[in-house]
Amino acid sequence: MERVPVLKIGDILLVSIQIDMEDQVALQLQEDLAERIVATGVHGVIIDISALDIVDSFVGRTIAAIASVSRVLDAETVVVGMRPAVAITLVELGLSLPGVRTALNVELGIALLGRRETVTIDGDDEPADDGSDPAAVHTS
Amino acid sequence: MSDDSQRLPVTTDQDVVRVRQLVRTVAVAVKLSLVDQTKIVTAASELARNTLVYGGGGEVEVSRVQNDRRAGIRIVFADQGPGIIDLELALTDGYTTGGGLGLGLSGARRLVDEFEIDTEPGKGTTITIVKWCR
Repeated sequence: MERVPVLKIGDILLVSIQIDMEDQVALQLQEDLAERIVATGVHGVIIDISALDIVDSFVGRTIAAIASVSRVLDAETVVVGMRPAVAITLVELGLSLPGVRTALNVELGIALLGRRETVTIDGDDEPADDGSDPAAVHTS
Repeated sequence: MSDDSQRLPVTTDQDVVRVRQLVRTVAVAVKLSLVDQTKIVTAASELARNTLVYGGGGEVEVSRVQNDRRAGIRIVFADQGPGIIDLELALTDGYTTGGGLGLGLSGARRLVDEFEIDTEPGKGTTITIVKWCR
């Protein structure tokens, strides 16, 4: 069985799904991510689905479960790179992924997680909290 | 009506992936739009999984079809499983007997142009879907 690699970059686990996953591969990814979150203590997970040409209810449900499990383990999940046709189909299918945060690409996903940190860790001396956060441009 | 058709068995997770890939190939060949390709592949994925999980496995047939105005793709999912006892209930959003989201059957129906179910308790289920080019 194939396995989706999980990369750690700073305080984030990055997963880029590049294969048409069998259901078991998706479930394995869910387990792998939960274990890696605990092992590494990261606070963010980014799932890049830009290579996926469909997201059916099984993969959608797995993504929602990953987000819920991550939250319980003190990590925020952002799904990035959803193709427009996939978004249209997913909504028509009846799955709008409630509770799952999304961003258009990995860069904006990282910015979103960074912004969350700025809000939750008040008074932290992170050098990134100087207002130059690229994601903040949209709100200014 | 149909010129050529291809059949695939559905007995494993890997077969569901193969069904998606075949449907994608045929959908591209009949020149469905990108959104319609995505819809028909997604619907096929839902129904092939149902064939496997609820029908205990079965077979999928993918065909190119043509009427006087348009080209399209037709997919038939057939199993010899337990059948669907309450069809109306099975087609309701959120209803599931398998621990899923209950969107497979109802969601797939929304994604296609034609949707037909032939089911008999104890005999099995055959679902036919069609997506036409716009």
